[in-house]
Amino acid sequence: MDHRPQAWGRPRDDIYGAYDGSYLQNSGPKTATQSPVVTGTSVIAIKFKDGVVMAADNLASYGSLARFTDVKRLRPFLDTSIVGFGGDVSDMQFLDRHLNELAIDESYEHESTSAAAASPEGQGEQGAATSAPAGKLNAANLHKYLSKLMYRRRNDFDPLWNQILVAGFDGQTKPFLASVDLRGTTFSSPSLATGFGAMLAQPIMRKYAATEEDAARLTRDEAVNVVKECMKVLFYRDARSLDRYSIAVVTKDGVELSENEQLEKQSWAFAERIRGYGTQTV
Amino acid sequence: MTSIGTGYDLANSIFSPDGRNFQVEYAVKAVENGGTSIGIRCKDGVVLAVEKLVTSKLLKPHANKRIATVDRHLGVVYSGMIPDGRHFVERARDEARAWRDTFKTPISTADLASRMGGYMQAYTLYQSVRPFGITAIVGGFDSTRELPVDGEVGSGPACGAGGKVPGKSHGGPALYMIEPSGLYWGYYGAATGKGRQAAKAELEKLDLGGPGGPALSLEEAVKEAARIIYVAHDDDKEFELEMTWISDVDGPTKGLHQEVPKALREEAKRLAKKAQEEKMEE
Repeated sequence: MDHRPQAWGRPRDDIYGAYDGSYLQNSGPKTATQSPVVTGTSVIAIKFKDGVVMAADNLASYGSLARFTDVKRLRPFLDTSIVGFGGDVSDMQFLDRHLNELAIDESYEHESTSAAAASPEGQGEQGAATSAPAGKLNAANLHKYLSKLMYRRRNDFDPLWNQILVAGFDGQTKPFLASVDLRGTTFSSPSLATGFGAMLAQPIMRKYAATEEDAARLTRDEAVNVVKECMKVLFYRDARSLDRYSIAVVTKDGVELSENEQLEKQSWAFAERIRGYGTQTV
Repeated sequence: MTSIGTGYDLANSIFSPDGRNFQVEYAVKAVENGGTSIGIRCKDGVVLAVEKLVTSKLLKPHANKRIATVDRHLGVVYSGMIPDGRHFVERARDEARAWRDTFKTPISTADLASRMGGYMQAYTLYQSVRPFGITAIVGGFDSTRELPVDGEVGSGPACGAGGKVPGKSHGGPALYMIEPSGLYWGYYGAATGKGRQAAKAELEKLDLGGPGGPALSLEEAVKEAARIIYVAHDDDKEFELEMTWISDVDGPTKGLHQEVPKALREEAKRLAKKAQEEKMEE
């Protein structure tokens, strides 16, 4: 008998040979997500005088394959904010469910905006006891929460592989727009874009709203047109994009989300002048 | 009661020789001392109402809500020991959340009633616990529409989630009452607490269980609920009327459990007081 306790209960080396340590994956550190799998491309958003417009196309790519063409990447939150997701779609799904949970927790305090809006004197009785919109979770709060969540996941070396735009209103009921990415980095600006949109759409949007003052002069229709124009440019130049997209407008009256828009008046005339790659022989 | 001095009432989980559990019966007594709660299931929704007894002038009016939201479409009101009710609500929220975690869809009112019925029944089985000193009324509106799965990314199959019989209606308003024994039934109208006898007599006069379903509309039900609470109230005590309602997605609450708007509540109170005065004159 082998009297060494460390040998007990193991296959005998003299019969089975020495244990093959390569089955234990000790070749490196534990690794979580190293790259996204099914991805959504750019999300773009611009502020205007009474709110924010956001848009993202309906495509989820699997590498360069246009895999899913009816994906909803703009998610309303509590009918007061909109969250747009670029990057990994399964992480978006996780976050969406998490935000849904958060929204239900909010409804436990059952003063609701729509009930308050339905009654003529919606501000409630005797001051702050009832639905002051200031007491609700607004877009600024939501963005802060998401940024903490994303940063924490980054510090766990298990990031949620998304670039997120959050649009809505802040505590002073001014239009709010900010982004957070997989590292927990946050930005705020009158217009924002993630992914390829940061290169292709951002300069166009800056022409219309370089500063907060410019954005405060923009009308809703102007802002919607700028966003639609940017979506068109993105479809022309981003190979992981689609001509079907979702557009959301957040105002004080709530979120208007339309999830099946088609790019209109495309003109591919410029394509003929492009030389240097593709199938041309010149 | 024959239980006194026999020793069969000293612990939970002990039957008396004639087959009764006295601890449960004492818990029912605790319920009978609480403020009246009622629930009405009507044509297009559910109304919950409670006579909130004001125990001190130092309590802020309209604060300290007695009706709780469990999930977006579910509400609970209870009579009896309020801390027991709070715990019941906490558990109900956990159940609703766990259901969503597992099935990615909201829990139906029937399923929640079943789970909570089981939970309360467990508190009649063991020496180490006492039964709940509450009777709870659970109201909800299970969506009649095809609901997206929580976190759904695409549009899903064109035929919907399945499990639906063509030509049959699905979802709708639901109302359950759960007693300290764990017994629960579905009701057209439910009442519990101090004024339950008077309230039940009034509920029976309403058209709630007709052959084509209840005829009472949601708004009428709100007014009847207020009137019934006033009828069931014992005059010499201060009280506050608290009411919530739940309708379908196209109704006034958009499928959510919400507080009845102030304007409608005040109108219902006015009518209730008027009906009370007319009765006095007769």
